[in-house]
Amino acid sequence: MSGPRLPKWRDPDPRTPEPGAAEPRAPGLRGATRVLFERELSLAWGGGGGPLLACGFFACLTAILPLAAGGDLKTLSPVAAGVAWLALALSSLLSLERLFERDLEDGGLDLLAIGHLPLESVFVIKALGQWVATGLPLALTAPVAALALGQPVHLAPLTALAALIGGLGFAFTGALGAALALGARRGGLLIAVVVLPLFIPPVVFGSGALDRAAAGLSPLPALALLGAYALFAAVIAPFAGAAAIRNAQG
Amino acid sequence: MIHVVSATALSLSRGERVLFTGLDFSLRAGEAVALTGANGAGKTSLLRAVAGLIRPNAGEIAFHDGDYNRLDPHEARGREIHLLGHLDGLKGSRTAREELAFQCDWLGHTQDGVDDAIEVFGLKPLLDLEVRKLSAGQRRRLALGRLIGSPRALWLLDEPLGPLDAKWRAVFAQAMTRHLAADGLILAAVHDALPIPTRALDLGGLT
Repeated sequence: MSGPRLPKWRDPDPRTPEPGAAEPRAPGLRGATRVLFERELSLAWGGGGGPLLACGFFACLTAILPLAAGGDLKTLSPVAAGVAWLALALSSLLSLERLFERDLEDGGLDLLAIGHLPLESVFVIKALGQWVATGLPLALTAPVAALALGQPVHLAPLTALAALIGGLGFAFTGALGAALALGARRGGLLIAVVVLPLFIPPVVFGSGALDRAAAGLSPLPALALLGAYALFAAVIAPFAGAAAIRNAQG
Repeated sequence: MIHVVSATALSLSRGERVLFTGLDFSLRAGEAVALTGANGAGKTSLLRAVAGLIRPNAGEIAFHDGDYNRLDPHEARGREIHLLGHLDGLKGSRTAREELAFQCDWLGHTQDGVDDAIEVFGLKPLLDLEVRKLSAGQRRRLALGRLIGSPRALWLLDEPLGPLDAKWRAVFAQAMTRHLAADGLILAAVHDALPIPTRALDLGGLT
């Protein structure tokens, strides 16, 4: 910003700030991105360990299915990919409710809104933080869960990769749902109702990729569609999400 | 840097209820305005409208620099405004050090801004504590720290003195005097008078 700067606190007389080049305003835009991202990760992992909860929920769901449907591999392995993806989608919902809500409740969103970065960027950073904090651990849990359901071992890396790409889509559409539900009573339930229909494409493409690979076909077409979904969500969701946040603040 | 903030024919409402209409005021560099009014008269809403968080029904809020050129409101709000209310955005699960550093980093700070904030508000013994373990007054001092840690021209304060004891009120008064002397601007919603010379702006309102 042009014009004189505020003098520093220690300047002897505020009316005559030190001459010379204006001091750089650390940390600037990139610095602000970094500090917010780090804060998001520390909030996700600190105090309660949300990602661990999501992974535990994921593991429990996939462990209960064989008990409910019978432990026969012949019945389980055809549905392994589909069930693993369904469980993944449900687990991704768990920590969404607190994503913006806690910042709205304690005034954090006001602080974020008066920073240099527009709310769209805040949304992207928070969604990426959600992906890294929750999507990544879930992607690492996914192959284990799928194995337990009788999926062949050689599909494990593909399962993790698909879960990682799908997780990006889940994070952005999920964050959009969280932003839309801001300030609503029973926000958690509302998020699930808003977001689960949007989770259908990645579930279809993701389990499709695994089914194709299991049948000996190339999983690439399905993976490409999954990636396209994730990128589409990453482009559209920030604008809609930032508008929803402004609406909730106003 | 912001030198003048002015509102013309401003009208605000919350939900269905109109808070005030046709409000005009201006605030110049080096000046503090104490915003008074009954509970629910719209003091906090006015502060939030100046910060750009609430869209006014009518009228506008403009920011001008020293030569009375209009500033882009987005730019001015993103770089030159502090908004500090009773909701301070501090996270209970993080330490005071982390939160102070985050708030100052996020708002942009000078090299030694954070150290100055720690010194002025006596935050050193609190830094390693989790924010949820702080008392209300300590928590407020931590939140006030960002005013000094990140130099921004316009301070929008909502009941800033509330939980502070006499000693820290005096310290904060000194900080405000200092800020005004450096051509800063202060708009504060208060019930008790601020310990510095102020101009009054009364919203009147409900009883």
